[in-house]
Amino acid sequence: MATICTVTPTREEAERDGNVPAISVVDLHKSFGEQKVLNGINLSIRRGETLAVLGRSGTGKSVLLRIIIGLQKPDSGTVRIHGQDIEGLDLDHLSAIRMKMGFSFQHSALYDSLTVEQNVMFPLQHHSKELSKSMQRDRVRRVLAEVGMEGHLEKMPSDISGGMQKRVGLARALVLNPDILLLDEPTAGLDPISSAEIDDLILKLQTEHQMASIVVTHDLYSAKTIAGKLALIDKGSVVIEGTFAELQGSDNDFVRQFLKHS
Amino acid sequence: MPSALSAGFGRIYSFLEWFGDLAIFSWQVARAAVTPPFEFRELFRQLDEIGSMSLPLVAAAGAAIGAVLSLEARYSLTRFGAKSMLPAAIVYSVIHETGPIITGLIVSGRVGAGIGAELASMKVTEQIDAIEASAVNPYKLLAVTRILACILMLPLLTLAADFCGVLVGWITQALAEPLSLQQFINSAFKGSNLNDFLPPTFKTAVFGLIIGLVSCFQGMRTQGGAAGVGRAATSSVVLSSLFVILADVVLVKFIIIFFP
Repeated sequence: MATICTVTPTREEAERDGNVPAISVVDLHKSFGEQKVLNGINLSIRRGETLAVLGRSGTGKSVLLRIIIGLQKPDSGTVRIHGQDIEGLDLDHLSAIRMKMGFSFQHSALYDSLTVEQNVMFPLQHHSKELSKSMQRDRVRRVLAEVGMEGHLEKMPSDISGGMQKRVGLARALVLNPDILLLDEPTAGLDPISSAEIDDLILKLQTEHQMASIVVTHDLYSAKTIAGKLALIDKGSVVIEGTFAELQGSDNDFVRQFLKHS
Repeated sequence: MPSALSAGFGRIYSFLEWFGDLAIFSWQVARAAVTPPFEFRELFRQLDEIGSMSLPLVAAAGAAIGAVLSLEARYSLTRFGAKSMLPAAIVYSVIHETGPIITGLIVSGRVGAGIGAELASMKVTEQIDAIEASAVNPYKLLAVTRILACILMLPLLTLAADFCGVLVGWITQALAEPLSLQQFINSAFKGSNLNDFLPPTFKTAVFGLIIGLVSCFQGMRTQGGAAGVGRAATSSVVLSSLFVILADVVLVKFIIIFFP
């Protein structure tokens, strides 16, 4: 039976209770057939904090993000957004929570039949009907200018590069002013200069908007740049969580090997 | 358990599982259809895509059927000395059965493949996930709009097919033996009433429901990249065509019983 959610705590309400993290993951487990992908993950992120989740390819980092936003269900464990357990919520109640979250996909997932401007306008058209069309357009152009894509409004996703698609995906995730930002491999497949530009952009946006963020990446340099805390996952579990200095000081073999080859 | 028996049970299980998943999908769609907000902009876009874009194809098919029926029926009825029944035979065949079923099959091919491929492509490129992550109900935006558009457009497309079928049927008849359109219509519709036309036309709304539901379901559950998209498009056409034909069997009996 779906959990009835009568009140979704807002960020402001959650912050009045200073102990409520924006994102709380407790003992999360997920398997695909015989393969155990997440094996008891525990995370807690507060407003203004950024956690980078690192690990080898195929270790469930993206699955973790998808579970947090409710696109996949865990086998067991709890995910709370501003104190609200999302397990068992039906689609409509989950949508109310998702309105406060922005998600940037690894491959951008732009709507290929819409222009850049229409892609970013999409969440506004559905959730900000109180804004006039011109106000919506102004906000879209402002957000696209923040990510450096203001000159490409009429282009289709197929007409722009991978890096540009990531920027547009980021703009779409930000257009509703979310409290929580989830970024799946924001610099994957990009050249070093483009990666650095995306990192700087994410850092600037986090400073301005003070969101609770989780960034999934296997790029250690990027993680060091944008995140205050790093969590390293191996075999479905968090091996270590802390600052980069704490990771460097670890005597765990996997951590040392990961840092050595990054 | 022998492997052949095990494989057989596996197939039966998969078959039943498909219907179970379709039932769950149908429930999700039905719930989304009756709860606000409603996606009117997308619905109108789909009405145009499914309706006006299918019209030329359906009209051409209807015209071809009218010509074939006229030629074939003329030969058969002449053999049995019933040539005077030709206008009625053409019109009743077109309106009662061939018009609706041909429209259903044409639309299941064009629209079913299009919906299946489009939604499958969106699924494998995570666009449907992006819609959901943007706090928009994908069943409401993608499935309800397309299914409603199919339900609303099929009867109208059937009328178009019927019109072209009757018109070309008359033209074909008139080329063989001079007969004015007025005489053709008077002969064809003598003794008929609305029960002869409305139920067969509106049964195509059920065809539309089948085409929309099956195509959206196959598209939105796709897995497996480009190959999966191809499978979704093909299976959308095949399954919706098959179910349209099976539904026609039931609906014809239903019409005969309740609209004698």
